[in-house]
Amino acid sequence: MTITFTLNDRSVTVDVEPSTLVSELLRDTLELTGTHVGCDTSQCGACVIHLNGESVKSCTLLAGSVDGQELRTVEGLAGGTDDLHPMQVAFRDNHGLQCGFCTPGMLMSSIDLVNRNPDPTEEEVREWLEGNICRCTGYQNIVKSVIAGAQALRDASRGDDHA
Amino acid sequence: MKAFSLQKPASVADAVAALGSAEDVLPLAGGMTLIPTLKQRLSECAALVDLSDVPELRGISLEGDVLVIGAMTRHTEVANSDVVRKAIPSLAALASRIGDQQVRNRGTIGGSVANNDPAADYPAAVLVLNAEIVTNVRTIPADAFFIGMFETALEPGEIILRFRFPVPDMAGYAKFASPASRYALAGVFVARTGDSVRAVVTGAASSVFRATDVENALARDFQPGALDRISIDPSEFLSDIHADKDYRGHLAIVMAKRAVQTALALAE
Ligand SMILES: Cc1cc2nc3c(=O)[nH]c(=O)nc-3n(C[C@H](O)[C@H](O)[C@H](O)COP(=O)(O)OP(=O)(O)OC[C@H]3O[C@@H](n4cnc5c(N)ncnc54)[C@H](O)[C@@H]3O)c2cc1C
Ligand code: FES
Ligand code: FES
Repeated sequence: MTITFTLNDRSVTVDVEPSTLVSELLRDTLELTGTHVGCDTSQCGACVIHLNGESVKSCTLLAGSVDGQELRTVEGLAGGTDDLHPMQVAFRDNHGLQCGFCTPGMLMSSIDLVNRNPDPTEEEVREWLEGNICRCTGYQNIVKSVIAGAQALRDASRGDDHA
Repeated sequence: MKAFSLQKPASVADAVAALGSAEDVLPLAGGMTLIPTLKQRLSECAALVDLSDVPELRGISLEGDVLVIGAMTRHTEVANSDVVRKAIPSLAALASRIGDQQVRNRGTIGGSVANNDPAADYPAAVLVLNAEIVTNVRTIPADAFFIGMFETALEPGEIILRFRFPVPDMAGYAKFASPASRYALAGVFVARTGDSVRAVVTGAASSVFRATDVENALARDFQPGALDRISIDPSEFLSDIHADKDYRGHLAIVMAKRAVQTALALAE
């Protein structure tokens, strides 16, 4: 079947098997390998992307189901090639990653959280990231990063209000 | 995954027509159970009918003292609905603790109840409140719906449209979640309406069931202490690497007490 959807603000039309997973479509067909696949059981969260602004597991979503919808992946977070999204900066500055395998999913989940809840508590961050597994960091610095990223985004939007 | 075709009807009538009565044509809701099982080849199908564009299957409303929830309503919508929080707060709390946030963003009440996983949360709510399950062909009371492990009264091609939950005087749910999946190792939902008390156990046996000794004890005295001398026979319970049947039996009573405590706290 032919599907058309918006991917990182650009319209994409592709021919896919209905049984293709969105994670496969992104990685294998569109060669956007920032979205990672860490499990077969929908439990690790490495594959999290945004579907119409909401964080979802792309390994548990059929390509046929995203026809007409809006997707964003980790590649679509930063404005330009040298830019980073404030949440990415916060992860870098707070050592929120070691091997980096879980990071794309962590970023996409965290940004969904702060979009809905701009000033989350540590407990709210931990609860929200329940479905994102990290084998390296022990989560401490990930939580720190998300709280710092939320702060940076609040500061940036306050700056906009004043401008 | 084996190849299959996919349709996306925009009305219940078109969905029912697309499903027909073949056993290998399945409705697709949030996909949070169906897609992993297809991926792992635990099941296969010839075609899927994606229900996400059918507006009649969405929405939450209060009709008198009945809370109506559409089958395609996502867990996160139930968890955050002011209508649900006010009418049956324990149901909103249950939805907020299913899996993780990304599972709750996609998973639906209809998919969860149709699937009837022995460790799922929603079947406990549906049975404890004796909700009505409204399908495209009939209305099924919860007492006649849950048949056994992953088995319900639904026929091939029959889809759940919505649930009708009678609002209880008070209700509470407590689960002991598996730390990996968040599914219940044992969960108990208790509800009181007038003099009648119902108590349902999930996670412990092959399907949700009413614990009549717990119900009788709570009907006499709706307090956690009323269960001090009550036990549930665990001989038919599940045993796996997470918990053996005796442990699940013990856990069920502990969860029942916590559920009563929660119900009393929510009713204050
Ligand atoms: C990591 C993870 C953790 C989870 N943790 C929990 C948990 O803690 N507690 C819990 O209860 N669940 C848990 N789940 C399961 C989750 O709640 C699922 O969303 C749910 O079981 C199935 O709902 P779905 O909408 O995704 O249905 P789908 O997967 O799309 O469908 C499930 C089945 O129901 C059928 N079906 C779907 N809709 C209808 C309908 N309207 N009428 C008739 N048949 C229909 C489908 O054909 C399929 O057979 C978890 C899942 C994952 C992946
Ligand atoms: S790859 Fe593990 S949840 Fe998607
Ligand atoms: S940084 Fe290695 S898995 Fe998280």
